[in-house]
Order: sequence, then structure tokens, then C-alpha cells
Amino acid sequence: MIKLFKQSLGVLGRQFFMYMTHVSRMVQLTRDALYWTVVAPLRGKGGLRWKSTIHQMVLIGVNSIPIVATICFFVGLIMAMQAAYQLERFGASIYVADLVGVSMTRELGPLLTAIIVAGRSGSAIAAEIGTMKVNEEIDALRTMGFNPVWFLVVPRFLALLLVLPCLTLMADLVGILGGFFLAVFNLNISFIRYFNQTADALVMKDLITGLVKTVFFATIIAQVGAYQGFIVKGGAEGVGKSTTTSVVTSIFLIIVADLITTMIFYSTL
Amino acid sequence: MNKKPIIEIKDLVTYYGSRKVLDGINLQIMPGETMTILGRSGCGKSTLLRHIIGLSKPSSGKIFLKGQDITILTENQMLSIRRKIGMLFQGGALFNSMPVGDNVALPLREHTELEDSTIQIMTRMKLDQVGLAGFEDFMPAQLSGGMKKRAALARAIAMDPDMLFCDEPSAGLDPIVAVGIDHLILKLKKAFQMTIVIVTHELASVFLIADRVALLDEGRIIALGTVEELKNSTNKKVQQFFNRIPDPEKIDKDSYLNSLVGENNKL
Ligand SMILES: Nc1ncnc2c1ncn2[C@@H]1O[C@H](COP(=O)(O)OP(=O)(O)OP(=O)(O)O)[C@@H](O)[C@H]1O
Ligand SMILES: [Mg+2]
Repeated sequence: MIKLFKQSLGVLGRQFFMYMTHVSRMVQLTRDALYWTVVAPLRGKGGLRWKSTIHQMVLIGVNSIPIVATICFFVGLIMAMQAAYQLERFGASIYVADLVGVSMTRELGPLLTAIIVAGRSGSAIAAEIGTMKVNEEIDALRTMGFNPVWFLVVPRFLALLLVLPCLTLMADLVGILGGFFLAVFNLNISFIRYFNQTADALVMKDLITGLVKTVFFATIIAQVGAYQGFIVKGGAEGVGKSTTTSVVTSIFLIIVADLITTMIFYSTL
Repeated sequence: MNKKPIIEIKDLVTYYGSRKVLDGINLQIMPGETMTILGRSGCGKSTLLRHIIGLSKPSSGKIFLKGQDITILTENQMLSIRRKIGMLFQGGALFNSMPVGDNVALPLREHTELEDSTIQIMTRMKLDQVGLAGFEDFMPAQLSGGMKKRAALARAIAMDPDMLFCDEPSAGLDPIVAVGIDHLILKLKKAFQMTIVIVTHELASVFLIADRVALLDEGRIIALGTVEELKNSTNKKVQQFFNRIPDPEKIDKDSYLNSLVGENNKL
């Protein structure tokens, strides 16, 4: 009995230790990426690879527009219906506009966008870098005198940092449009009234807190994806495993980061 | 003639997990020399090359490139040293997301200030040298195995390196192309005084290009010398290699059975 206890403690300890090494290496990678994205270009040591960055912006950003828009429109619509169900009883259905507007910009817009992008592009980052690792392409890069973080991670990181806020803004807008759709066609609220109500309800702060979150989300998606790519071992199977892990991990971390930032905004602003 | 070795390996030991792969390698390679490394599959040849260019750190031992101990350098210090090194990986390791031309042009684009048109001409020249003229716009996936190897060689020599490492450059090539590669290597050696380290199994190309041969076995260098010296060696394993003698068959049934069962038990 005691032996079993000891054994399971050992397993737990090892698991915890392994987990902590992953965390510390991921932090290391993030620091490296930040160095090559911000510090190195400012000091004139190695510029940014803009061509590759723009290519990634198209892959990550432009190509996600349809799916992000569709999902956020639906969620806006769903939220409006759920809210109307409650608010109609008090004859306060106009407040659907407040509810949809505020929760979309402060919370759901950034969160949904980040989760969709994590699933679409975080996994792609992990798979691309992982395949390159398996194929010795990363070693080839290093042999040719390129830093893999600078060459592979920075363009994707930068692209995410630039693209995620834009996608989020669009998601906010489309989500509000979803609520508006229900209000106009089902609750008989006029376009102008809904628009004014939303405009009154929203303050700049709502929009900005949402956008601040995207910076953290972008960092998480890029770094988790890249890290999972770099640690791929074995062949195609390893790539598959890492890809899955990258999605699960980044969604988890996105929610945690969301919780923390929301807590900070809630208690200070 | 410069008498200092350009590559010097001292007591190199490496483990993969708990398995010793390289076991006290000592080797000196002179500037302009062509060293071939022979050895049976899995004896650690690729691992040795990886260590010489600093892709992996050894468990113990020192490696000097041009007098600089690279085992104590950081990755970033290593990066600038590697710009003067060309490496042909065993699997080619072409960047699959780029066409062949971009693969070759990449180091030129990022490390030099050359005009784009100049880079294009140089890329074509390098591809022409390996017999791949006109394949710039092909993606690596559209090439055959041997063509990939040759494209990777073109990329390895793109920056006119001082040291060139080739991991089985002619494996999987037809004899005509293979001998073409050998001649290219001879030409590089003559024209640029390149120091070349080649892992190969092709005895024909060893005879043609090698200044010296190192024979690796179970992580050690068991023979080192010119082709003539090794041919005349009395060492059984060396003889086996040069005269293509297979391993003796397992005669003792019991020990054979034991080795099978024993192995299974360990796993
Ligand atoms: N990443 C790795 N992890 C664990 N063991 C490895 C790894 N890479 C190589 N090995 C082991 O190290 C030994 C030497 O491998 P290496 O690739 O250097 O052989 P090699 O001499 O190049 O063989 P070949 O001629 O077949 O290419 C092999 O026995 C292999 O099992
Ligand atoms: Mg090998």
C-alpha cells in the first residue's frame, strides 16, 4: 500500500517536473521570439522578414475571415435570442443591444476569434515547423547560419500580432450585426434605435480591453504552436501528436489568460 | 603549406540516451584535405558530422574549427561560423515550401548584399554544376530522390564555403551522375582549396577523391590513413570493408537462438 503510494507520488512528481520543463522552455522561446521581433531590429541586428510575414498574414488572417465572420454572426444572433427571451418579459428588449454589444466587444469577439485562429493557424504552425524538424530542415537552417526562431517563429508571431486585433474588430462588428438582425426582424426595433442603443452602451474602454487581450492571445497561439513544432520527435506520427497538443494547450492558455486579464480589468478599470 | 589542422576533434564522446554512439573520436583534418569517413550503417557517421558543425553538443570532448573550440560557443556565435560551412544532409533536407531555385538562393539573399539578378545567375550556375539546370522553379516534391540530393549539394556550395560536409552524396544516384558528383568535388577542392569531409559507402568514389580515409566502427576510428595504407592494412575489419566480405554466418545454433531470445527479453 505504502509502496503504491510512493510509486504514484513518483509518477506525479515526474509528470510535474516534465510539465515544468515544458513551461520554462516555452517561456524561453517566447523571450527569444520577443528579442528577435522587438529588440534585435531596433538594435540593427537582423531585420524582420516582411515578405514572409505578409505571406503569413494572408494565411492566418485573410483566410480566416469567412469562418470567423460566420461563427461570430451566429453567436451574436444566439446571444440576442437568449437575451430577448429574458428581457422581453420586462418589456426591456431594447437592452438586447447593450448585452450583445458589450459582451461581444469585451469578451466573445476576442475569445472566439482566438479560439478559431488557434484551431486553424496554431495547429498549422505546429505542423509546419514539426514537419521541418522531422525533415532536418531546421538543422539545415541552422547550418546555413539562420536562427530558426528568427526565420520561422518571428514572421508568424508578428503576423498574428497584427492580424488578430483586426480579425477581432471584425468579429465584434459581425457579432453586433447578428444581434441587430434579430432585433430588427423579430423584436421590431428600428435600425436607428438599435444602432443608437449600441453606441450608447459601448464605451471606448470596452473595445480597448478586448483588443489588449488579443496581444496575449496572439502570443499564446504563436509560441505554443512553434514550441510544439520544435519538440516534435519521430516521424509523421509525432507531428500529428504535437499538432493536437498545440491546439488543446493554446485554447487552455487562452482561457486562462482571458480570465486573468478580465479579472485585472474588472478590478482596476 | 599551413600545417595547422582546420578541423580537430579530441576525445569526442556522445550518448543517445544511455547508448554510447561515439566513443573517444580523435581526428585531425588539414586545410584543403578531402577526408572520407567509412563505416557500417548505424556506426555514428552522421552523428559525427552533426557534432563537427555544432548541431549537437557532445557529452564530452572538444571540437576545434580553425582553432576555435566550438563546444563552448553559444548557438548564436555558432551561426556566424556556420556561414562558411556547407552541409549536405543524408536526406537532402531541402526546404519543401520553396522551389529549388529559392532553396539555393536563400543563403545568398539573406547573407550577402548581392543584386537579385546576380543571385539568379549564381543560382543557375550552382544548379548547372550539379546537372540540374532549368529546374529552378520545381518544388522539391517534384524531384526524384537523386535530384533532391543534387539540389541539396548545390545549396550546400552556394556560399562557396571553406568546409564542405557531405553525408552520402552519391547514395541513390546512377553511376554516371555519381561520378559527376565526384568530379565536382575534385573541382571544388582544386579551385577553392575547400576542405571536404565525405561520408560514403561507394568504394569507387573513395579511391577517386579521398586524400585520407577514416574507418569508423562502433563509435571508434579503427583505421586512419591513405587509401593505399588502408588497402594494405592487416586489420580484419578494414579488409572486410575493402574487399566486400560479408559477416561470417552464425554457425552455433544455440548462441544464435540465445541472442534472439535474449534480445526480446531485454526489450
Ligand atoms: N535522434 C536520435 N536518437 C536516438 N538515437 C539516435 C538518434 N540518431 C541516431 N541515433 C543512433 O545513433 C547511431 C548512429 O546513428 P547515425 O545516424 O550517426 O549512423 P550512420 O553511421 O550515419 O548510419 P547510416 O550509414 O545508416 O546513415 C544509430 O545506432 C542510431 O540508432
Ligand atoms: Mg548516416
